[in-house]
Order: sequence, then structure tokens, then C-alpha cells
Amino acid sequence: MKACYIAKHPMVASRELGGEMIIMSAVNSTLFTLNDVASLIWKSADGMTPLSEIVECRVCAEFDVDPSIAFADAEALVRELVEHGLLIAADHPLQELSPAERNL
Amino acid sequence: MTALMQELESKALGLGVPLNAHLDVTYRCNERCTHCYLDHDDHGEMALAEIKNLLDQLADAGVLFLTLSGGEILMRMDFFDILKHARQRQFCVRLKTNGFMIREKEADALRNLGVQEVRISIYSHRAEIHDGITKLPGSLKRSLAAIRLLKSRGVNVMIGNVLMVQNVSDYAGVKALAKDLGVEVTIDPTITPRMDGDRSLLQLGIRDAQLADVFRDSELVGNVDEFCALPGAVDDSALDMVPCSAGHTYCYISPYGDVYPCVQFPLPCGNVRKDTFLNIWRNSTQMNEVRSIRARDLPTCSSCAHVGSCTRCPGLAYMEGNMRGPSSLDCEKSFARTRIPSANMISKAQLSCGQDRTGNTLLPAQSFSSLIQITIH
Repeated sequence: MKACYIAKHPMVASRELGGEMIIMSAVNSTLFTLNDVASLIWKSADGMTPLSEIVECRVCAEFDVDPSIAFADAEALVRELVEHGLLIAADHPLQELSPAERNL
Repeated sequence: MTALMQELESKALGLGVPLNAHLDVTYRCNERCTHCYLDHDDHGEMALAEIKNLLDQLADAGVLFLTLSGGEILMRMDFFDILKHARQRQFCVRLKTNGFMIREKEADALRNLGVQEVRISIYSHRAEIHDGITKLPGSLKRSLAAIRLLKSRGVNVMIGNVLMVQNVSDYAGVKALAKDLGVEVTIDPTITPRMDGDRSLLQLGIRDAQLADVFRDSELVGNVDEFCALPGAVDDSALDMVPCSAGHTYCYISPYGDVYPCVQFPLPCGNVRKDTFLNIWRNSTQMNEVRSIRARDLPTCSSCAHVGSCTRCPGLAYMEGNMRGPSSLDCEKSFARTRIPSANMISKAQLSCGQDRTGNTLLPAQSFSSLIQITIH
């Protein structure tokens, strides 16, 4: 299995509201909401924890779901969030690209 | 507002979450706009550490949409430290600035920090009018240069155009300018009293026929028939409405840490230097009083034909003397749209004529405008 590390894109804003994650892209001002499982993956997207570990240790620990199904669903979610410019994914650890850490 | 945004606002309302906050980081400014409602002296602004702590509290309380404004935000030498912290805490940040101090370095930084929108005030496409309002020679040129710098970097820029007597004939020019620049423009005819209660600024606002003309410009309002439609029948849902988001999903915090329901609602609810934000938000007597008010609780407005469609601002009503009272400026807007006088206007006209409240003879509609001017000024 190929390693996958995920980090929030520096152009997004997000906040949890009543168990649901709200994400706003500064690039095109588009608003997204994530359900509770996707929210958990989003919150875990620190660029350092492999997606497989996020699924195994957080998603499967919190939700009653088959690990292989959960991982496939997580990969599909990550692909979608990357396509929308909300997440960055790589096969190596990413320092979370906080905008504050960019050069001014 | 999109359906999703409405859904989020509704959810935040139900949960008691302040989804939106407006923080003025300073009242200091390099411009001296004729209509500005602020005192530009520094009476003890929050230090950077205090603002960072406040931002942490706002994030924990659930604020997503954060407006940073002033005064002029870039008068603070530590503004980018504030902005960096806000973005680290994942706020969706909107900035209000005059753009005068935005050069390449600042434009790069705003791009890199993922600001959602930068709103820049442009009063006219003509320098003599714009600079005459800001009292800062060269300000139009510099503000337009800032817009170009930001646009070239892909930053979302919005022009804010406040309409008043000095520039009422220039909004078409500002719209054309915005089109050339490739940015959106919002036009607002609202002039507010000074925060200390001085209402003399209101004489700068457009009134009567000028306001009616603006409201009948399809370039501004879209479908004029719809915008200026007669008020519909009033039902229970209109009377049970929350008047606006102030104190419900929105709040304002001054550079001194004072918390208010809205930037236009100077009712002090607490200070974050003395109390936690969340305690003020949840438990302030004043905030909870604002929250308790529904349209049916408004003595004059609940019986007004416009109650279901009025833009009544409870903050302007408060500044007029009673947060449950009418906002005469909004009565004027309703009248300018529909030519139907509000209950407040009728009441004042009857009093002015020496009639009692049950009198049948009303002033002709044309007379209301002059009556309102006298009342407001």
C-alpha cells in the first residue's frame, strides 16, 4: 500500500459547527461541509500522520466500520478534497502548510 | 446568500454559535473621511498578545467568518502578525481597508495568507470627489493601485462604495471603474451616527428623491419591480422573525476589547480584558436582551405594513433612542422603495399635524420626506 500524507491547503478556512466541518476556499469562495467521518479525517490532516494510521487509529476507533472499506472511502474522500483544492496529498510527510509559515 | 450559507446561519442560530465576528484592530486612520463615525485617537488598543488570545477564544467559540477592520488596519505595525494568527486558527478572513498602504510586499503577504476578501473603499471615480471625502490627497490613486496589485495576485477584491450627498451622482462611474478593474462593487446608502451618539453625520446621507432614484436603478437593484414591490401581507412568521444577525450569530469587538452585538449597535455587553468572550457572548444581560426581541415585540414596527420586508437595523434604532423602536433611516428606505409611509412616519406626521393617533387625515405622501428630514437631523 502506497503511503499517503494529507495536509490542509493554506488557502482554506474551516470550523466545526455542531459536529459538521465547514470549509471555505479562499481561491473561489466556495463553501463545503463534511460529515462526521470526513470531519475526523480533516481534523487529522496534519501532514505527518499517514492516512492509513488516521483511518485505523481514529476512524475505525470511533466508528463501527470495516477497516478496508473505511480506507477505500477515505482515499476517495481525499481525492475529492484534493480536486477541490482543499487538501494537499503526497507520498511523503508534509509539513502542514500553514499560511503563517509561508515567507512574507 | 447561498442556500448552504443560509443553512449554516440557521444552524449557528440554533446552536447559539457566533459564526461571524467583526474585530476593529484600531480606530487610528490615515484618512479623515467626512462620514466616518469613529474617534481616531488611540485610547488603549489591545496589544498583539491580547488580540491573539481573543482570536483563540473566538475560534474556540465557533467563529468562522472574521472581518478585520478599523480605522485603517495597516496603521498597526503588527497587523500581519494578527492576520497570521487568525489564519493559523483557520478563520475565513475578510479585510476592510482603504488600500493606501498596500504596496507589493503587503499585496504578496495578503495573497500568501489566504485572505478570502479585501474590501477597499472607493467613493468616486473622480479624484477630486474621492480625495475630498477622504481628506487625503492622492488617496484615490493609491487605493486603485492597491486594487490592481491585489488583483494581479489573484486576491478577491471588492469595492465598497458608500453613497452620500457628495458622491451620489458618481456611483455609475464607480461601477464602470470596478468593471475595468475586474472587481465586484457594493453600494450602500447608509450613513450612521458617530459612536458617541452625535447624529450630525446623518445630514451627509442621501434622502427622498435621490434615494428613490437609486432604488429604481436596475443596474443597482436588479429587478426594480421586485425590489420596490408593495409590502406583502404580514403573517406570524414575519412577526416571529429574528430582526437581524446582531447578537445572534454576529458580534463586534472594538480595539479596546469592548463587545457589542454589531458594529452599528453600540450597546456595551462586556469587555474581553475583564471577562472571557464566551461568557460575554452567552451570559451578557445586554446580549440576551437583544436576542430576546422579535418583530412582534416592537411597539411601532409590529403594526407597520413594512414589518415583513423592512431593513430595520436594531442598532440604528438603539442609536435613535430605543432598540425596540423604529429606525427612521430604514423607514425612509422603505418609503423610498414603495412610497408607502411606515407606521413610524404616519405616527410622526399625525403628531406633527396636532392630530391624535386615531385621526383619519394624513399628510400627503410628498410631505413625509421633509418631515423625516426634520425629525432625523
